[in-house]
Amino acid sequence: MKPKSFNYLRPDDLQDALQALQRLRDDVRIMAGGLSLVPMMNFRLLETNNLIDISGLASLAYIREGSAEIEIGAAETQANVLAWPKLAKSLPLLSLAMPHIGHFQTRSRGTVCGSIAHSDPSSELPLCLAILAGSVVLQSARSTRVLAAEEFQTGMLATARQPDEMVTAVRFPVRKPGAGYAFAEMAQRHGDFAICAVAAVVSGTAVRLGVGGVAEKPTVRDWPALADGEIDDALNDFAWELGGSDDIHANAGYRRDLVRKLGRRVIEEAKKCSN
Amino acid sequence: MLELKAGERHQITFTLDGVAVRGFAEPRMLLSDFLRHELGRTEVHVACEQGVCGACTILLDGKPARSCLTFAVQASGRRVETVRSLSPTDGKLNDLQESFRRHHGLQCGYCTPGILVSSEAFLHDNADPSEQEVREMLSGHLCRCTGYAGMVDAILATAKKRAATTPS
Repeated sequence: MKPKSFNYLRPDDLQDALQALQRLRDDVRIMAGGLSLVPMMNFRLLETNNLIDISGLASLAYIREGSAEIEIGAAETQANVLAWPKLAKSLPLLSLAMPHIGHFQTRSRGTVCGSIAHSDPSSELPLCLAILAGSVVLQSARSTRVLAAEEFQTGMLATARQPDEMVTAVRFPVRKPGAGYAFAEMAQRHGDFAICAVAAVVSGTAVRLGVGGVAEKPTVRDWPALADGEIDDALNDFAWELGGSDDIHANAGYRRDLVRKLGRRVIEEAKKCSN
Repeated sequence: MLELKAGERHQITFTLDGVAVRGFAEPRMLLSDFLRHELGRTEVHVACEQGVCGACTILLDGKPARSCLTFAVQASGRRVETVRSLSPTDGKLNDLQESFRRHHGLQCGYCTPGILVSSEAFLHDNADPSEQEVREMLSGHLCRCTGYAGMVDAILATAKKRAATTPS
């Protein structure tokens, strides 16, 4: 229950961090809030000889408003994003989903980018990024690139990040005029890992549904025109395609049922909020 | 760049409940262990060591933090508060602690220091919470004795009392 010994590095700025990352590339971990990383270190599920702590990098603690996207820096906490007065208007899906992330006591330090970099299949933020078709900014000492959400997350706790790269920001597209958004999840207790999380974006008859916690990574499906009578069949097909497996919390059949039931609920809710 | 070598003990200084403190820790040392073992602050309770139970919750620069998911070296130069910061005088309870006693908000008391600390931070952000909001905040803690009902009552009663005594 204690982590293995490691060197602790606290960079002065982003360049400092990227240089350290390049130097130590095969044996280093980046920590922001540490809410996912440190439990794994305590359990020794994960060992590293070097830890770069970016939580104090003020230049990465920001919410930047663009006309089409909101960019959130790597050191910005979930609590600060939730408290951002424009959240409900600009990113309605995030304002619905983020209260489900952990707890008041963990969102104070947990970061938005850290959750996306960690890429847990049941996490809310990777699901939001996937369904909104957001993107991830990856920087290294040699280059900067921007990857679409679906290119970034490649599987369970797996991403396209190279060892010398750092997720320095994520970008969420702002609310589309006329679209409705909804989110729901089933967890054992509020704030626990989702057994199944679903998000919907509805514009007219077009329905976009994202599911987390069932497949290896958040999975998004588009139906350009979905009539009310077709929803149940569409959700049933999607639930079977997602696969899903049995674990201590739920079996695959229950997860498919959640996709069908919660899926219908969020599609109806999103439809109601759209105009 | 600050680089602290593995396996070596490094000097750390920070403010603990308003007083400057100093100690030595390897980078791997958790803040919870540092507070307990190096500084003797056994009011910080340790249970799950994976950030789930909330027993070790402290305030870091005024914000709640799991001290079992924080390394001692991260506290350097910062402000740390434990449940001791709640009451100005030793042996005397503050109004929230008093309310926990009155409403049976604790039984064995193991989870209580963490819960008191985060309840204070919560009331600081939200002076007039709903019952639902209090319950959501408490979902960040595990208590195996009480069933939480007494804590909810204690926190709501404190918020009400403070609102009545604060001129608006």
